[in-house]
Amino acid sequence: MNRINKKLQEDKKLLSIYFTAGYPKLNDTVEVIESLEKSGVDFIEIGLPFSDPLADGPTIQASSTAALENGMTTEVLFNQLKDIRKTVSIPLIIMGYFNPMMQYGVEAFCKKCEEIGIDGLIIPDLPVQDYNENYKAIFEKYGIINVFLITPQTSDERIRFIDSISNGFIYMVSSAGVTGAKDSFGNTQETYFDRIASMNLNAPQVIGFGISNAETFQQATSKAKGAIIGSAFVNYITDKGIDKIPDFITTIR
Amino acid sequence: MSYFVDENGYYGQFGGAYIPEMLYPNVEELRQNYLKIMQEDSFKKEFDELLKEYVGRPTPLYFAKRLSEKYNTKIYLKREDLCHTGAHKVNNTIGQILMAKKLGKNRIIAETGAGQHGVATATVCALMGIECVVYMGEIDIARQAPNVARMKMLGATVVPALSGSRTLKDATNEAIRDWINNPVDTHYIIGSVVGPHPYPDMVAKFQSVISEEIKWQLKEKEGKENPDYVVACVGGGSNAAGAFYHYLDEKEVGLIAVEAAGLGVDSGESAATSVLGNEGVIHGSKTLLMQTKDGQIIEPYSISAGLDYPGVGPLHAHLCESKRAEFISITDDEAMQAGLELCELEGIIPAIESSHALAVFKQKEFKKDDVVVLNLSGRGDKDLNTYIKYFKL
Repeated sequence: MNRINKKLQEDKKLLSIYFTAGYPKLNDTVEVIESLEKSGVDFIEIGLPFSDPLADGPTIQASSTAALENGMTTEVLFNQLKDIRKTVSIPLIIMGYFNPMMQYGVEAFCKKCEEIGIDGLIIPDLPVQDYNENYKAIFEKYGIINVFLITPQTSDERIRFIDSISNGFIYMVSSAGVTGAKDSFGNTQETYFDRIASMNLNAPQVIGFGISNAETFQQATSKAKGAIIGSAFVNYITDKGIDKIPDFITTIR
Repeated sequence: MSYFVDENGYYGQFGGAYIPEMLYPNVEELRQNYLKIMQEDSFKKEFDELLKEYVGRPTPLYFAKRLSEKYNTKIYLKREDLCHTGAHKVNNTIGQILMAKKLGKNRIIAETGAGQHGVATATVCALMGIECVVYMGEIDIARQAPNVARMKMLGATVVPALSGSRTLKDATNEAIRDWINNPVDTHYIIGSVVGPHPYPDMVAKFQSVISEEIKWQLKEKEGKENPDYVVACVGGGSNAAGAFYHYLDEKEVGLIAVEAAGLGVDSGESAATSVLGNEGVIHGSKTLLMQTKDGQIIEPYSISAGLDYPGVGPLHAHLCESKRAEFISITDDEAMQAGLELCELEGIIPAIESSHALAVFKQKEFKKDDVVVLNLSGRGDKDLNTYIKYFKL
């Protein structure tokens, strides 16, 4: 069984952390991952930086630009991660935009992920339909879970379809917007969280975008299986450095 | 082979809608409605009236006598430079503002490089009394000050794009992010035949008025609708899409797309996507684009701010791959000389984008009785500073 599915079966609310590979320094990637696991994080999204990250707010744009300037590439990331399964056992997901994966070759990319022990991919700009028709078989061949996004504007009908082709979890984007930290959620989010919870979907839901602290983490996980923190974590390591990662995780739960 | 978009939004292997889920409802709403709306009588009537009374269409198809003599062929200039706001861009913004109204949107966003599309968008928003926000790279804001002032006078808010290389591609990213943040009330007026389906098709259709007019105008002047060649410059490719549109299936009409070579195709400072690009995804569309082997998008260069886009629209990628159109690259220097030549021979100061198209006559020899229609996409007022600097006027 894929590590993601195993993790989703655990009887607890899951905390996931996103960070940009190769940031703050090119060779920080492995240390960040190891530190996050030791701090009790349940799974990790490793951001493969892209020059034009459409769905990201200022924080992750800046970390992506810095990582690229540091020399991060798809090849470098795979090299950094080649021995990661010797030290880390929690689920690892690569999150990135479609173009760099397309240039590497989608099949070659999935194959490499399997070799290294990457469990899933999140590709915000790969359309659901395109995945379903052209890439699903490749992902399945290498045992890679593809995670789809839904938003407050996604129709029930489309959510049902996405649920039907999801074999891991559904990434619930908390509100209409790009990535970025928020201090709290309002009524609109609560209503949306309730609506999705009441749909009784097959795939568990993990909420991301706007989760930044214990309050937003609790609000999100009161309705969903877990939550993902990205920008707030990237901001934190920008300010405090990667040595302080355990302190950040302690403040969340 | 078809050169028009298929039902899935592709031109051959290019096109599609590679967008984050957050944009799906907006783009899907547009996809389901744009053809229906464009076919409504009330829409067509208002669009045609505005093009006539407000934009000043039809634009002349002018026989350039002295230019023709010099190059020993028959050259007609399609005078899009005489459109209100100074370029063809307004054909599209008129269409899209009417589309936005039909869709019930009350806020408009746009991206702009040189500022021409931003001005054309701000213009139609003023005309309709609709809020307008234009994203423009911080670097472009500095080098295109007159157009920034024009947009402000027209009531638009100009927001600097501070991310990435702070030019057109980043302004486009910021506009897309704004649309993600405002998914209900906002329509995004893309300025070229780029972006996710249905934008490339919709923009091409709004611009197709150019070749629609060329057909009947040429019939009046030459007794035939089809020229031997149609020439247009290509950045994203909207004026070329409009000039080519009604000739795509007319095999005897040669289509020539002129790209900006910048300092030279191999100089590292270029925007010649057809030579330097390969298949990839940019701004929601699978197309030819300039990128590293790792798939990071490369910042292009051209002296012309309207041509320094790292991709071309998917229609043009298809025209290039299928060899339906011939792609030619023109350097900064060649374009500037061709622009000056048009001033001297015909008394017309062209936009530097259009000057690239004009330079085709130095690169390619036409027969004496060939009829060549060149789309003069814009006027040179906006480029005076660049001309002054270049020619030390």
